[in-house]
Formats: sequence, C-alpha cells, structure tokens
Amino acid sequence: KDGSKRYTTITNGGPLHVYVKEGKILRLTPIDFTDEDAGSFKIDARGKTFKPKRQSTIAPHALSNKGAVYSENRVLYPMKRVDFDPDGERNPQNRGISGYERISWDEALDIVAKEINRQKREHGPGSIFLPTPSHHQWGNIGYYLSALMRFGNQIGFTRMAMNPDSWEGWFWGAQHHVGHSMRAGASPGYGTMEDCMKEADQIIFWSADPESTNGIYGGFESTQRRLWAKENGIEFVHIDPHFNPTAQLLGGKWMPIKPATDAALAIAIMYVWLEEGLYDKDYVATRTTGFDEWCEYLLGASDGEPKTPEWQENETGVPARDVRALARSWGKKKTYLGCGVTGTGFGGACRGATGAQWARCMVMMLAMQGWGKPGINMGHLTAGAPLDLEFYFPGYADGGISGDLANNGNMVNNYQRMPHVLSMNPVKQQIPKQKIPEAIIEGKCTGYLWDCASQENQFTPFEYPMKGYSPIRMIYRYGGSLFGTATESGRFAEAFRHKSIEFIVNQSIFMEGDAKFADIILPACTSFERWDIGEACNGGGYGHHSVEMLNHRVIALQQKCIEPLGESKSDYQIFEEILERLGLGTVFTEGCSELDWCKRQFDSSDLPDHISWKQFVKKGYFVVPAEEEELRAPLSMKWFAEGRKKDIPEPQPLPSQFAEEFGYGLQTPSGKFEFVPTILKRNEKDHPDRPAVNRYIPSWEGLRTTELVDKYPIQMIATHSRYSFHTYADNKGFTDQIKDHRRLIHGHYFWVIQINADDAKDRGIKQNDLVKIYNDRGAVVCVAEVTPMVSRRITKGYEASAKYMPLRVGGEMVEIGGCLNNLSPSRSQTQGTHSMGPNSTLVQIEKYQNVNALRQVLMQRAS
Amino acid sequence: MKKWNLIIDVERCENCNNCVLAAKDEYVGNEYPGYSAAADHTGAELISITRKNRGTGALMDTAYLVKMCNHCDDAPCIKNASDVIHKRDDGIVIIDPDKAKGRKDIVKSCPYGAIVWNETLKVPQTWIFDAHLLDQGWDKPRCQQTCPTGVFDAVKITDAEMAKRAEEMKLETLGPYFGEKARVFYKNLHRVTKNFIAGSVVTENEGVEECVAGAKVSLLLNGSVVANTLTSDFGEFKFDHIDSRTKGYQVVIEKDGLAEICRTVDSVNESICLTEIS
Ligand SMILES: Nc1nc2c(c(=O)[nH]1)N[C@H]1C(S)=C(S)[C@@H](COP(=O)(O)OP(=O)(O)OC[C@H]3O[C@@H](n4cnc5c(=O)[nH]c(N)nc54)[C@H](O)[C@@H]3O)O[C@H]1N2
Ligand SMILES: Nc1nc2c(c(=O)[nH]1)N[C@H]1C(S)=C(S)[C@@H](COP(=O)(O)OP(=O)(O)OC[C@H]3O[C@@H](n4cnc5c(=O)[nH]c(N)nc54)[C@H](O)[C@@H]3O)O[C@H]1N2
Ligand code: SF4
Ligand code: SF4
Ligand SMILES: [Ca+2]
Ligand SMILES: [Mo+4]
Repeated sequence: KDGSKRYTTITNGGPLHVYVKEGKILRLTPIDFTDEDAGSFKIDARGKTFKPKRQSTIAPHALSNKGAVYSENRVLYPMKRVDFDPDGERNPQNRGISGYERISWDEALDIVAKEINRQKREHGPGSIFLPTPSHHQWGNIGYYLSALMRFGNQIGFTRMAMNPDSWEGWFWGAQHHVGHSMRAGASPGYGTMEDCMKEADQIIFWSADPESTNGIYGGFESTQRRLWAKENGIEFVHIDPHFNPTAQLLGGKWMPIKPATDAALAIAIMYVWLEEGLYDKDYVATRTTGFDEWCEYLLGASDGEPKTPEWQENETGVPARDVRALARSWGKKKTYLGCGVTGTGFGGACRGATGAQWARCMVMMLAMQGWGKPGINMGHLTAGAPLDLEFYFPGYADGGISGDLANNGNMVNNYQRMPHVLSMNPVKQQIPKQKIPEAIIEGKCTGYLWDCASQENQFTPFEYPMKGYSPIRMIYRYGGSLFGTATESGRFAEAFRHKSIEFIVNQSIFMEGDAKFADIILPACTSFERWDIGEACNGGGYGHHSVEMLNHRVIALQQKCIEPLGESKSDYQIFEEILERLGLGTVFTEGCSELDWCKRQFDSSDLPDHISWKQFVKKGYFVVPAEEEELRAPLSMKWFAEGRKKDIPEPQPLPSQFAEEFGYGLQTPSGKFEFVPTILKRNEKDHPDRPAVNRYIPSWEGLRTTELVDKYPIQMIATHSRYSFHTYADNKGFTDQIKDHRRLIHGHYFWVIQINADDAKDRGIKQNDLVKIYNDRGAVVCVAEVTPMVSRRITKGYEASAKYMPLRVGGEMVEIGGCLNNLSPSRSQTQGTHSMGPNSTLVQIEKYQNVNALRQVLMQRAS
Repeated sequence: MKKWNLIIDVERCENCNNCVLAAKDEYVGNEYPGYSAAADHTGAELISITRKNRGTGALMDTAYLVKMCNHCDDAPCIKNASDVIHKRDDGIVIIDPDKAKGRKDIVKSCPYGAIVWNETLKVPQTWIFDAHLLDQGWDKPRCQQTCPTGVFDAVKITDAEMAKRAEEMKLETLGPYFGEKARVFYKNLHRVTKNFIAGSVVTENEGVEECVAGAKVSLLLNGSVVANTLTSDFGEFKFDHIDSRTKGYQVVIEKDGLAEICRTVDSVNESICLTEIS
C-alpha cells in the first residue's frame, strides 16, 4: 500500500520479508504465515495443548541486515593498495598500514588472474592458499562450500583445515564414549521436544544460553517452547559463569562457576550419585562398559582423592552443599541436560582448555541417569521439534553447486539428485586454521584431521608443508573475520606482512578486519543483491536434520531484492570472470546463471511435488506441512535404552561401524556406552592430558595457574556475540548502537566487557569507563559494563569483533576495535589435537590511563 | 471510540533488542510524510531498554524495562507545543515532522524523556506507534511483530474497556504521574519498582553443610503473616513485591528437626539476599 514490493530472503537468523521501494530496502520483517501456508504441529503435554506462533522468528542480527547492506563499511569498488605494484615493488611490509585506491574491475581481475597463473607456473601446486570462514550469508548457491569450492577446485589450492571450533570438546572427547562421529560428537535431538514437555521435571542448562545463540540459525523458534515448559512447571538450573539471558528470562537456580572447571563439578555430582545410589544401576549394568574403573577414579582408589563436593569447591567456586542438592535433585527427578546452543553439544565450556574433560563428563552423566528413558535425555527444547524430516531439501553444506565430493555433503546428499560437472582440488596440502601464523612465519606446523567418518581419524597428524608441494606464496582470502574469531589473533598481522607472501587478494563485502591487509580487494555484494535459494536453518553436513530447531520448515527463493551497490558483484560473478580469463568460465558456470542454479536446486528437491517453480518464484517461499503424528521421528536414544534396533532417521554409524549386528548398539567398539573409551585406550593409553579414564586436570591457563595468575588474576571468557553473528552484523548498521554490544565514547564505538562489580571497585573502574584488558599477547581497550552478573575474577565479553584497529597511544600499542581474541591462547586444548581453548584466557584489567591521548588520536583520524 | 493502547509485560522481556532494531529498521533512512521524518542513524533510540538487577550473587534476578512514547491523553508535550504536536482520534500522538523543524525546546517537555532530537534533520521525534502502518491496515506495531516472547500487546478498544482490562490485569503506567494518562501500560512492573527478600537456608549435618529443602518460610509484617512459601531443592526462598517504604518485616523459617529461625529485616531499600541462614 505504500508503493513497496515485497521479496523473500533467508539469513543466518531466520527468513525475512524484504520490502523494497524505489530500488531501496525499506524494511525487513519476519514472515507471518497465512492460511494459504501449511499448518503447524501441535503437542499435548500434561493436559495442555501447545501450538507455535504462525510466524518465522528472527534473531537480532538478522533484523540488523538493512543497516549492514547500506553500511559505510561496504567495499563498493575494486581497490588496490597504493604501494602495491604487481610488476614492481610489492611492499608486503605495508599491508594493513597503507591505504587503497580505486581501480577498474578489468584491472583488478587481470592482476588476480595473472597472479594465479604466475603462482602455478613459478611455484607449482599448493602455493595458493584459500582460507575460508566457517560461516557465510545464507543460500545454497553462493555459500563458500558451494561457489567458492567450485572456483577453488578449478585453480588448485592449499586448503585451510578448520578445527571443529563449534564442537571442540565433543569432537575430541565425548564421541569416544558414545560415538556420533558424523555429528562431530554432538547428539541427535529427535523427539526430545515432545518427550521433554511431557515427561521431564527439570532442565539443566549447562553452558547453554539459547536465548543468545538462537539454536545457531533458528532465530527465536525455541523460545516459545521454553516458555511453555515454564508454564508447565518444569524447573530450571543454569550452570554458567554468567547470569546469562536464558537464566534471566526463565529464572530457576543459577550456579555461577569458574570457567573451564566444570569437569570437577560434574565429577563430584557423579560421586554423590555413586555414594547415595542415585543412578540407574540396571542401565549402567546392561548398556555400558568400564563403570567400575570409572568408580575407582570417583572414589579415589586410583589417586587417593575421593571426588567429594568439598573436593571440587575450591576449583569451581560452587558451594559443596549446592552440589549435593543438585546431585540429589538430578538423581531423583527426570532431568534433561541441555549443553550449548542446541542443547545436544556445543557450549563455551567446550572451548576452554578442559573442553574435552567437560563434554566427556556430560555424556557419562547422561549414561548414569539412563539416557533415552522417558524424560531423561539431552536438550533444552531447542532441537527435536516434530517436523517432517523426510521432505528433502539440501542444506548449505550438502554440496550446492560445488561439484566437490570430498569436502562437503555432496557425495551422500545432493549430487545424485542434481548431477553437475564434478570438480576436484588436486592439492592435498593443508594448513590448520589456528596455525596459519606459524605456518607462514616459521614455515611449518602440524595439524590433526577433522574427518567425521570415524572416531579414529582424529589421531592422524599432518604436516605443513607437505612434501612435493610449494609452501604458500599467495593468499586468496574470503571475508575478513580472522582478527575477531581466531585465537591469539594479533599474530595474523605479522603473518600477512611476511615477505614470503607475494600476493594477497581479498574478496569481501566489507572493509574490515583482515580485508585491510590485502593488495587487491574485490567487492562482493550481499545476498540481498543477488539470487540464491535455501532453507532456513538447514545446515546439512554435520548438522544432519538441523531444521528440527524450527517450528515450521521454510524454504525460500532468496530473491534479488535490489541491484548490487556501487560496483560490487556477486561472488559467483567474480569467480566466473576470473575463470573466464583462465579459459575456465563455462566449466565453472555450465552455462548457468545464479537463478538457473536455483532452479536446478529446486528441481533436485521434493518441492516440485508440492509447488511449481513459477508459483514458488512468485510467492518466494514454501512452508513444509507439519509431520503427521504417527510419522514423527522416534525419540533419540530411546531405542538404545530399550535395547532395540536403532530407529531414528540418521545415516550413521556406517554399516561397518556397528559392533555386532547391523543396527544394534552405539558406534563404539563394544556397541555400548563406554565409561572408559576403548579407542583412547588403544590409541594413546597414557596420554598426559586426554587419559582414557577421564579426570579433572586443571586448565593450563586459569585461576590455578599460579605464576601467571599473579600477573593476570582475571579469567576472560569471550563467547558468541548475542547481537551479531560472529563478525556479521557487527560494526555495520544498527547493532553498534545496542548498549550491550558497543557503546559510543569519544566518537568511537567501543566493545563492551562485563566486569564484576567488586573487581571493578578494586580497580577504581566505573560504569562506562574505558578499560584496558591485557596480557602478554596484547592489549584491548573496551568499555566497562560493571555488573553483578559475572562472579569475581571473571570477565565476559563477546568474541568476533569485525573491526581490528590497532593504535599506538601514549607509547603503547592497543587494539580498540574490540578483538578480544588478540588475548586468547592459540594453544590446542590437549596434545595431539587441533583445537581451540579461548575461554582459558588470563588477563589483567585496569582503568585505561591514556584516554586523553586516545581521544586526540581518534580526533586526528576523524579529520 | 476505539483507541490504541500498548500493554508491555516486563517479566517477559529478555533484552534481545528486536523491538529497538525494528524501530531503527522502520525509521532510519525512511521518511513517512505527515508521520515521521527519517530517523538519525546514530541518534538516540525511539524505543529504549534499561536493565534492572535486583539482589546479588546467585539469588539475583534481572528485568528489562522497555520505554517509548506513552501517547499520553493529557500530554505535557502537547501542552507545550500544541501547534506542532497533535493527538489523533485513535489516541496516537504525532509530532508533525515539518512543523516541528528546529523545535529543540519540545524535547524537554516530555517528563518521560521519550522525545529524541534528530541532529541531522534538526527535528524532535518519538515512536509513533507505527501509525503509518496501522493506517495501511497493519494490526500491530513492528515491535510486537518481532518480539520473540510476546512482551507487547497492542489493543484498539474503548477507554472504558481498557480501564477494565488494566484493573483485571493489574496494569500500571510509568511515573512521574502528573496526570498524563499514559496509553502504554505495564504488567509485572514490580520487577523494576519493587524489591524482594530472599535467602538460602543451610544446616550442618555431621560436619557437612546441607541445603535445607522444603522448609516452611513465613514473611511477617508487624507480627502478622503476609506470605508463606517452601524452600526449594537448594534451600532457597523468595518473597517479591516488597515496597521499599514499608518497614517491620520478619522472616521465620521452620523445619522439622531444626530450630526455628527468625530474622528481622530493618529496611528493604533494595532487594535483600539473606544468604546462608543456618
Ligand atoms: N574467543 C572465541 N573465539 C571463537 C569462538 C568462541 O567461542 N570464542 N567460537 C568459534 C566458532 S564456534 C566459530 S564458528 C568461529 C567463526 O569464525 P568465522 O567463520 O571466521 O567468523 P564469521 O564472522 O562468521 O566470518 C565470516 C566471514 O565471511 C564473510 N562473508 C560472509 N558471507 C559472505 C559472502 O557472501 N561473500 C563474501 N565474499 N564474504 C562473506 C564475512 O564478511 C566474514 O568476514 O569463531 C570461533 N572463534
Ligand atoms: N547471536 C549469535 N548466535 C550464534 C552465533 C553468533 O555468533 N551469534 N554463533 C553460532 C555458532 S557458530 C555456534 S558454534 C554457537 C555457539 O553456541 P555455544 O557454544 O552454546 O555458545 P557460547 O556463547 O560459547 O557459550 C554458551 C554459554 O556458555 C558459557 N560459558 C563459557 N565458558 C564456560 C565454562 O567454562 N563453563 C560453563 N559452565 N559455561 C561457560 C557462556 O557464558 C555462555 O553463556 O552459537 C551460534 N549462534
Ligand atoms: S510520553 Fe512524552 S512525548 Fe509521548 S505523549 Fe507523553 S509527553 Fe508526549
Ligand atoms: S523484542 Fe521483546 S524481548 Fe526483545 S527486547 Fe524488545 S520487548 Fe524485550
Ligand atoms: Ca517422519
Ligand atoms: Mo561455531
């Protein structure tokens, strides 16, 4: 009615309607379903009927997207660093320092194409490094696992080996007890929503704040369910160093704990269960192995130390009496244990030095309580909605247009349904993400495989450089998040300036983070400016059936809502134009436009049985009808608890991975839950920090690290940002003005850090003061939120500042963008893994002394 | 005559800021002639949120107060500038974006601080209840559409119906109460305006500290019982809705096998956590 046209899109935080007027985005709203859209599920629990709102909910970072699209930080033209001359002086030492000049697309693409050929010719395969982010704007065509992989495979590149950053402790620890390797150690959620609502008496949120992390891509879909649980009298416990937003909303018992000490608390709870007989003896006897050996550790037979509630008190800061109370209430009530964002894995506690110890304890506790029996399971109502999971639509990690069969879910998912020209990277060399700086500066490093086909694969080390391949000489970087999201990230500046790196090109939407370290910057557009297709919250890959976070499955054509801003282009088009210069244009496109590929994805799915392409294009989205009650997925682990054949709809373990008869038992060598994992015994019997018999080993950096703690007495956790999706939506648009995200002081939006009120008082720090947080790795200036919501000697900020802004002020280098990861350790959690432990960071905090000098520097920069 | 009112449930707000962002999304860079000028990208918020922590330590609770223009029926801002601010028949107060140019004086006239100054266009602005959308047929403002927890309920009813509802639902309006007759009503405002008395009950059993679950706890005011509760699994109890001006509270804890405990609470200026009562 106001002359606008309404389009549809999907983001990391839910599907959106996009209102466009005169070529400009007017507004973004959630999608309100109409009577034309398919019906919703309903569940009956304890005499009440619950039905979700007829709407797709959206996360704050999704609602900030208009601000991001029109942000001043957009790169609108191809750029060249002023002192970079591809045919003369390249001045790598000035990366991140000198400015840029606008050049034409032709010039930019010619330089890149020429450099790719020169690299291959002069150095040979492997010299081009293509470090990717973990996340991306939504859509199966444009996703980095899709278009970028197809591009990379045409030129051949050294791959960045990711660490399982989201899963860490679950991947390196929990899966050895229970399997689930193809979920990177997390557990399935099938049926848990209904079971929890009907049967459970209590939910324990352990390192879980789903109100901030939104089921990863699920917006606020599950918020309603937790409010239903509250209405139904289900009780809540929150174990978190922070009085987090989920605890604030739901209430219940908050147990503040010192970060990365959780294994001690868990072990003491298990001790009480053992002492007081509060565990499921029959289940333990028939479904598990190794319990006696585990009990020896609990009782102290092996080390002379009974693991009593008093034993853990000094470690965790949780009073012994609360531990007993929790152990009893948990032992007597039917309890759901919800860990991390989905309730079935993840959690900041898995990203500290003791992440594996903690995750291992979590699954052991479930096994002691009868995991899979009614009301006893994993989750916090975020996963496990009763949706139709058989309706096929590929997730973003299921191959897209990549043609790659090795590095995403293409081979087992979409390839058979959407045949397309295969592509393959001939280079086997890899660099582990957290070790990129070592690889460049020291010229070598070691990593461990992240390959989910089996639990054993993770023990395999790999070396960089790999014999036969060139060390890396050129970086084709996509996005600019590394300073915000990688550990000890200040190291990257030196790495990017290293003389061995002859060329850096960055394909980026925004001028931020490590984009500013490139020689050539290629401006990509946002997903609002190009065509794509996707399903909300459908990750595919390791997040098998991740749509179960949602209340309604929504599949949408992500319409091109506006023309690309400035001279920016879609990533697909940029890749195409580079490959055209190498004679590979049509090999890449197969003659298809992005919209053609959308149609091919559409045709590969079950959509054509329900809606025609024409209708779909016109309406923009499709809601998958709710599953019929009889066809809902069975409850996760119930089959195991009842000793039946596995009946949940997941394609794992592989046929060869069942212990005896196909379909029976877990993916462990015994087929049972293993308190002491056979696989760890076989592979690394006396491993110092990942022993087969799990035990509490204090963090290598924490409040018990005596020498270091004198200098740096506060432990910092930097966890997932509530108002941005990592760096996406930070430092652009509206999010900066959210008080708990950034605060404007002296004309600069400073990052917020939460400091305990007493710690602040000791240091003379007041609300909104600028503070310096520092350790030997660096110093970051933030704005203080003085609060009782974190305990003494603990400070919490968010990871993932998009802005990296190192400055010399008053003779000292400080970073003022808010990259708290400048301070986190790059050390792997345990030996023999490639993992991150950023929540084990010790820092000192002081009131920032050079405020006046900083203000002057900022004023100079502004003018 | 049916008019718009907004009901806000304080207890349900989780500070996600969707309402704040929806207002930015709607007004920043967008001009709605006759309703609103384009809001400032970096300016103050049309909808704002403040946090209230009550108590300390593990017994703390946190609430968020969402504030915006109250669309007062007897609006101080209109009294100050009736030439540029008007009340619509449906109750919504609109500052005329053209006529109000340069009128910085208007900002101060609102006792709630709900008028923000748009520095770019030099114009005072408020949250207009998304009147331009309601006039196009929307049935609710955008804050309500995006709020995940159902904090907002915009209702178009007569003043008599609203008065009845306010009474039934125990709704309150924000101070300062100069008789402005706000059209924005709050539910569970006690989470911000009232205090609580809470505590955890502990006993010692053969040298081991234990939480006392299921103890009967009574709150007495000047000697007579005003509330009763039982301690939780963690030995905790909480009495809410305590007015800071009331004096003379006493907490009495009884449990079989334990001596009766009695604590006098002198004043409840802020929420009190009587930790570790044994
Ligand atoms: N301290 C600490 N650090 C952490 C964590 C923690 O808990 N604590 N968590 C870790 C976890 S779990 C994760 S997943 C990682 C995430 O770490 P990253 O994946 O590095 O973070 P993102 O911000 O998602 O990075 C995405 C980048 O891709 C760019 N991008 C997105 N879409 C497009 C596109 O369409 N085209 C182009 N050209 N670019 C695009 C974005 O602009 C951005 O630069 O962080 C890890 N780091
Ligand atoms: N808004 C938003 N949502 C996101 C993301 C985002 O960047 N922004 N990222 C997405 C991604 S990629 C992932 S992997 C998930 C991550 O989801 P999670 O891993 O669940 O998220 P975190 O914020 O790291 O941790 C959750 C809680 O654990 C607490 N915590 C930290 N350390 C400890 C500890 O040692 N012990 C205990 N008990 N608690 C601890 C934190 O205070 C926090 O409240 O979130 C996803 N969702
Ligand atoms: S809240 Fe303030 S701006 Fe709004 S109507 Fe009342 S006095 Fe006027
Ligand atoms: S949208 Fe709702 S829950 Fe979120 S901040 Fe606003 S009122 Fe609170
Ligand atoms: Ca089914
Ligand atoms: Mo992650």
